[in-house]
Amino acid sequence: MIALGQFLEVLIGGLMSGVLYSLVALGFVLIFKASGVFNFAQGAMVLLAGLALVRALDLLVANGFPLWAAIVLGIAFAAAIMATTAWLIERFVIGPLVNQDGLTLFMSTIGVTFVIEGAAEMIFGSDVYPLRLFPTDAWFVLEDVFPGGILVNKLDVWGALIAGILVAGLAIFFQRTKTGRALRAVADDHLAAHSVGIPIGWIWFVVWLAAGLVALVAATVWGTKLGVQFSITFLALKALPVLIIGGLTSIPGAIAGGLIVGAGEKIAEVYLGPSIGGGIEYWFAYVLALAVLLVRPQGLFGERIIERV
Amino acid sequence: MLYREAGQFKTTYVEDMAIFPIRQDRIALAVLLGIAFIGVPLLATFHIWPFGSDYLLWAILLPFLILALAAIGTNILVGYCGQISLGSGAFMAIGAYSAYKLVTGVHIPLAWLGCAISIPPLSVLASILLGGLIAAGVGILFGIPSLRIKGLYLAVATLAAQFFFDWAFLRIPWFTNYAPSGSVNAPELNFFGLIVQSPIERYLLCLLLVTLMALLAKNLVRGNLGRQWMAIRDMDIAAELIGIRPLYAKLTAFAVSSFIIGVAGALWAFVYLGSWEPLAFSIDRSLQLLFMVIIGGLGSIMGSFVGAAFILIVPIMLNLIPAELGVPLSTETIAHFEFIIFGSLICYLLIKEPHGFARLISIGKEKLRLWPFPY
Repeated sequence: MIALGQFLEVLIGGLMSGVLYSLVALGFVLIFKASGVFNFAQGAMVLLAGLALVRALDLLVANGFPLWAAIVLGIAFAAAIMATTAWLIERFVIGPLVNQDGLTLFMSTIGVTFVIEGAAEMIFGSDVYPLRLFPTDAWFVLEDVFPGGILVNKLDVWGALIAGILVAGLAIFFQRTKTGRALRAVADDHLAAHSVGIPIGWIWFVVWLAAGLVALVAATVWGTKLGVQFSITFLALKALPVLIIGGLTSIPGAIAGGLIVGAGEKIAEVYLGPSIGGGIEYWFAYVLALAVLLVRPQGLFGERIIERV
Repeated sequence: MLYREAGQFKTTYVEDMAIFPIRQDRIALAVLLGIAFIGVPLLATFHIWPFGSDYLLWAILLPFLILALAAIGTNILVGYCGQISLGSGAFMAIGAYSAYKLVTGVHIPLAWLGCAISIPPLSVLASILLGGLIAAGVGILFGIPSLRIKGLYLAVATLAAQFFFDWAFLRIPWFTNYAPSGSVNAPELNFFGLIVQSPIERYLLCLLLVTLMALLAKNLVRGNLGRQWMAIRDMDIAAELIGIRPLYAKLTAFAVSSFIIGVAGALWAFVYLGSWEPLAFSIDRSLQLLFMVIIGGLGSIMGSFVGAAFILIVPIMLNLIPAELGVPLSTETIAHFEFIIFGSLICYLLIKEPHGFARLISIGKEKLRLWPFPY
């Protein structure tokens, strides 16, 4: 029973951190669905949102604001920053590059990544800033079934909850609102959408804004877990295999891919790690993605968009 | 007026097929090589400005040459064959560590067979070249997914190579000969009895290898193989229809590119760094090489050199200019500025000139041909 208990603990821990990968991957999927841009800058956007939020919070609390007011104002400030970023990216990078092939757009987002990382750290500082929005203490559940119970981090539960709400919200936004429909139209065929009067520039701004807000949400959870710091940008790289596994165009796929990667790498680390030197987490997701690419290139839930080579 | 090819008649096929068919280009290249092979060493030997100290050789010319070589390798894959790669750093690492293992002697005990594979220590040059070959082999292995997937998906596949080898060289002690700190030292650079030690010797060694390999690459890309790569890049289905085998074309591109990158990696480790850790070949190195190729010009050997020079010089300029103007900036601010400037430049170039500096140069040549009568 102890072995099963340990397995469950590892599995749950992995699934929960997988939820966090999903949060980053969601931003990717949003932009890819609506504009066909593979956004390398998502990780940098998480860093920017996190830094803006945590610095605003520190400043407001130091100036004697009550905590709730500081949180509300801080989130509003970070959201405003993300909106500005979205506008700048749309206006100066993605707009002029319309109709270029995917690779050019991808490389331009690598450029955007560098600009955002440099600017964010220059404006908001480059230390590690702790963020405490959610409880981080541990919880023991099912103590009557397993000796000692299973350790679950409260933050992970919060993260899962937030991810659930986010996905539900996005689904409603995409399916039920006018903007959401316009967005899907642009994703399908932006020329046709343009000719029926959908303002493409505005739609792309909305998409980047949505991705920015998703990044803000991801930043609150990741920032609480690790502190807001530069290494958050490496999340973007972890989100790539998540996307490949889940499928580039599928929001449920992003969630499922995140869960698979999270659980898989934790289990591999615990059960395989000791025999081959540890640190499997570092590459496990990528090799898994490679395997998926070879067998099912569109991912588990993606639409079949890859041309045969 | 100066750059005009009128009157240069070609009377044989050999002349027509020369690498540099225009006389002025040949003269320019000869002057450039003359400066590089004779001028620079002479100036450096007698410590004449700007070679008063070894700084220029060590900190600029040596890394420039080696990274330009790696950029050529990346350019063959990304620029000529159109297969995006985020794993160039890993292939540099493979070249470096394979060369290191070969130069110190390989011993693989096969306990279950009761014997062992042993290779005695090889000479430095052989190790560097064999290191490149091993990188080529691994490159072919990681190129196999490119037969089914392309574009961004392939980028993720190469990213897998990057992270896997980062980890392997860090965690598997066999690669570092069980060095306790995880960092390894380059051997004495002994080339057939000639010991390369001083910056000038190192510079000449790299220059020689880089010139040879650049010529090789230049010849490859304008020959049959290079044309196959470009056909695959421009439209793979059409290329297949006219009888180009994608399997062969793509895998050779991976092999040649990885070989050049592997040799560059071995040089980087042996000649420039001297002692290194896997961190020297991280994802940042891959992105840096990709930027060199984009900024210099996709699908241009000369562009790789221009891109490498640009990427190396911008940070140094950023360090010098504020100091000259009397605005001292902290190193942290400079690092951030560097990020911002690189990022904006990449976006700007992609929007305004997707073919990079190489395209600007060829536009300049075109203008020069007509000058001073532009009609």
